[in-house]
Formats: sequence, C-alpha cells, structure tokens
Amino acid sequence: MVKVNYGSSRSIMRITLIVFLSFLAVFMLFPFIWLLMTSIKPEAEIVTYPPKLWPTRITFKAYVDIWKAIPFARFFVNTVVFACGVTIISLLFDSFSAYAFARLSFPGRDILFLVILITLMIPFQVTMVPLFALLHKLGWLNTYAALIIPRASNAFGIFLLRQFFKGIPIELEDSAFVDGASTWCIYWKIIMPLSKPALATLTIFHFMYNWNDFLWPLIMTTSMNMRTLPTGLALFMGKHVVEYALLMAGVVLSLIPITAAYLSAQKYFVQGIAMTGLKG
Amino acid sequence: MNISISSRKKAVAYLFLAPSLIVFGVFVFYPIGFALWASFTDWSLINQSPNFLQWANYSRLLADSRFWNAVKNTLYYTLGVVPVGTVISLCVAIAVNQRIRGIEIFRTIYFLPVITSTAIIAIVWTFLFDPDIGLLAYYLKFLGFTTQGWLRDPNYAMPAVILVSIWKNMGFNMVIFLAGLQSISESLYEAASIDGANSWHSFWYVTLPQLRPTLTFVIVMSMISSFQVFDQVYVMTRGGPLFRTETVVQYIYHHGFETFQMSYASTVAIALLLVVLILTILQLRVLDRDIN
Repeated sequence: MVKVNYGSSRSIMRITLIVFLSFLAVFMLFPFIWLLMTSIKPEAEIVTYPPKLWPTRITFKAYVDIWKAIPFARFFVNTVVFACGVTIISLLFDSFSAYAFARLSFPGRDILFLVILITLMIPFQVTMVPLFALLHKLGWLNTYAALIIPRASNAFGIFLLRQFFKGIPIELEDSAFVDGASTWCIYWKIIMPLSKPALATLTIFHFMYNWNDFLWPLIMTTSMNMRTLPTGLALFMGKHVVEYALLMAGVVLSLIPITAAYLSAQKYFVQGIAMTGLKG
Repeated sequence: MNISISSRKKAVAYLFLAPSLIVFGVFVFYPIGFALWASFTDWSLINQSPNFLQWANYSRLLADSRFWNAVKNTLYYTLGVVPVGTVISLCVAIAVNQRIRGIEIFRTIYFLPVITSTAIIAIVWTFLFDPDIGLLAYYLKFLGFTTQGWLRDPNYAMPAVILVSIWKNMGFNMVIFLAGLQSISESLYEAASIDGANSWHSFWYVTLPQLRPTLTFVIVMSMISSFQVFDQVYVMTRGGPLFRTETVVQYIYHHGFETFQMSYASTVAIALLLVVLILTILQLRVLDRDIN
C-alpha cells in the first residue's frame, strides 16, 4: 500500500483521484458502450452524419439476422470446441508431465524439464510457417485436430503444475503407496483432487487464450465453416463493411461468454493473468 | 527384483511424460529446426526439390528495404507502447491501490479489455476511427485532427494502433504492478515517514526501488510482445496505408501465406527469434541480479 499523506487536503485529493479514475473508466468502457449502442441501432441511423452515441430507435434485427448472414453458429461451435478441446487435453497432458517432474525419478529429468522451459522463449510466429506446411502435409488443415493437437501441451502449464504439486505434502502419497496404490492411482486420486485451485486458474488461462486467439486459427483454417469467432468476424469485416449493425451484434455475442465468465470468476481471471507474469 | 521395480518405475515416468514430449517434439522442436533449415534453402510448399542456398536468404534480408521498414515500424510501435503503457499502468496501479470504498469497480473496468480478443476489439476500434460512422473520428475532428480518419492517414495510422494496444493492455500491467505494490512491506513506508519523507519522497525512494523487479518484468514482457504484434495491425490496417504499419510478424505472414516464399518467411522468423532470445536472456539476467 502506497501511503499518500493527504494532510488537510485529504478529501480534495480523494475527490480528484475519483474524478480521474471515473474519466479513465469512461475511456476504458467507451468502445464497449459504442459497440452495444451501434448493435441496436437501425442501419440508417448508424450511417447518418454527424454520428451519435445513443440510438433514437432500438431494434434487435441484427441479433436475429447475424445467424443467417454468416455461419455464426458454426463460428461459435468451432470456438467452443477449439477452446475447450485445448483446455481439457492440455490440462491432462500437462498434469501428467508435471507429476513426473515433481514426484518421479528417472534419468534425464532435469535436462528434459529445462528443454521444456526453453520452449517458453520461442515465439509462435517463428514456427508458424513450418507448422502450416506440416499440417498441410498431414491433411489436417480445416480440422479440429489441426487447431487442438499442436496446442495439446504447454510449457507454462507444466511449470505451474509442477510447482504446485511440489507443495503437496509427500506423506499423503507415501501412505497410499504403502497401501498398495499404483502411481496412476496416486496421481488421479490424490494429487489431482488436491490441485483444484491451480487447475482452475490454468483452465481459465487456456480457455481465454484460445477463445481469443487469432493468428493460429487464421492460418489453420481456410474454409468459412471452420472459422472461429475472432477469425470469422475479422474476415467478415474485410468483406462486408456496409452491414455495421450486423457485425457489431456478432461482436457483442462473441464477447458475452468470456465477459460473463470474467464477471463471475474475476478472482481466478486476474490470478490467471497475473500468473503469466511467471512466464519469463 | 529391485532392478525390475526401478526400471518399471522409469517406464511409468516416461509414460507420464510421453504425451507432452511427443507434442513438443512434433509441433515445437521439429518446426524450429525446419525453419532454421529452410532459411538456408529455397523451400516452399510448391517446391518439391529445394536447393541449398547458403546465406543467400540472409543477404537478401539485409538488403531488403521492405524488411527494414517493417523493423522500423515495429520499433516505432514498441517505443510508443512500452514507455507510455508502462508509466500509465504504474500510475493507475498506484491510484487503484488506495483504500477507497468501491475501488474494486474501477479495477474490474480497467481489466475488462484484457479478457477480450484483440482481433475482435480491433474491429470495434476500426469503426470508431472510421471517418464516416466513427464517433471517435468525429470527436477528434473537433480537436483539430485530420478528417480523413486516422487509420487511412499514413502519419496517424500507427499512433492509432499504439493507442488501441495501450488501451487493451493497460489492465494487464496494472494487475502485475498491483501485485508488486502490495508486496512492498508497510514498515518501509513507516520508516520513511518517520524520517520526514513526503509522499513524493516515499514514491521515489521506497516504491520505485522496491518495484524494480516488477518494472523490469513489465518492460521486457511488453517489449517481447510488441515485437510480436500482429492481430490489431492485421484487423485495423493490414499493414497500410503505404506500408506504414507493416510490422515484422505481418511481413512473415505476408511471405509465408500471401507470396508463399516460405523459406524467406522462415529467414525473417529466425531474425525475430534472435531478437526475442536476446531480450529474454537480458531479462533473466536483470531479474537474477535483482533477486540476489
């Protein structure tokens, strides 16, 4: 806590601060408000000059039409499958590896862990062209496999879970081992249930990252039916610039799930984001 | 008996590791090696029998004015986003760290852009800057700016992209700074105020030095992500007008997926990798020094 010595002008400082924070809040919210207002305006009202923020007449036509104008339902399903697919598989694979790194002993453990950490330094853009060529060769372009499988394990996830697993008291496993439990059983019945907070944070991290991702689905999909929400909407904008309300309705609908998730699990979101701070 | 148990244990460990190792091997290490190899050849999807070109792609890169233009634009973007974005986020973090009732609402609002998709929110900003329907363009006109719309103006397109990026990432840096601020021991401030320090002094002599690791982290992270900027540029300008917003990743994309000169795209990518690696190593060193 930074202590500011307000002295006698304490309340003036406080009011100034709140005024500043409110102005900033308006600036931060402005695109969202404009977006919402534009999505419920009749098309004619959007293009009148000078532009206005508040609609004089409200219509939800765009929210109905968007589903027919573009394969919006497909975009939605694709994004859900992509984001959930990566999240679930990656949590599983990462926790396997993290468990091995945290608890099992085998030759080459430290070197392998270092090698995995090194991948954190490699920007995805460096590998994207060969990756595209590889998946093209495999005939995977425009499939969920191409979107999900190359992302099925994540160095950051392994690192984070390994740290968490190491913090779990080993006595719990020892007694289970004495009772004849297998390694798998210990991992699945003891370690995983105890790691719910770390898993929850990682779930949000993976889900949000992939739900929002752009460049990866952009190069992996060429067919309109396989586009995700960000790629589908961005390319729709490139083609049909005239139907503003339609596009804005699509944007609003695409933002609803992630915003709802954020508002209901804010703590985990902020934690998940702040944790990328460890990524370096 | 013991040997068979321990070799069984090893086998189990490798089984646990196998899925991740396969994914990393096939989808990270193989493409990296491939990119490195391709940068010395004329390989592409349509070229079935690539020739070894030695350093030809690299000498082309050094003489490629469009590449250097992309480097210049990326540096311009980085110099716009990193210092301004860092200072603003730090100020905001200090502001929302005050004990005021309802301050959480501001934090929630400031963080909102962080959870949205950059590409999708860039669509909204594109229209806000649009001279025909954009409200922001309309407001900017009153402030005496051009009427043509920032994204279509070669001199204002990059500042517009920078503005959007700062808006989008402010909440992210704010959260990191907030965590840093809250980890500073209260007793340091008490000691400072006993010594007669005013709030400016305690900021300058307590907060800032204590925040150094966080500051380094935020600056280097923003630099690394700035060098990789793509989504907002692709959506808002596609590198235009007059290539004034074309960035390095945009240029990799251009050769990889538009002209299909994939080996040359890999050469640009390797150059990007070198810069990012240098920055990362620099960060690790500085952090290491700060911790010891």
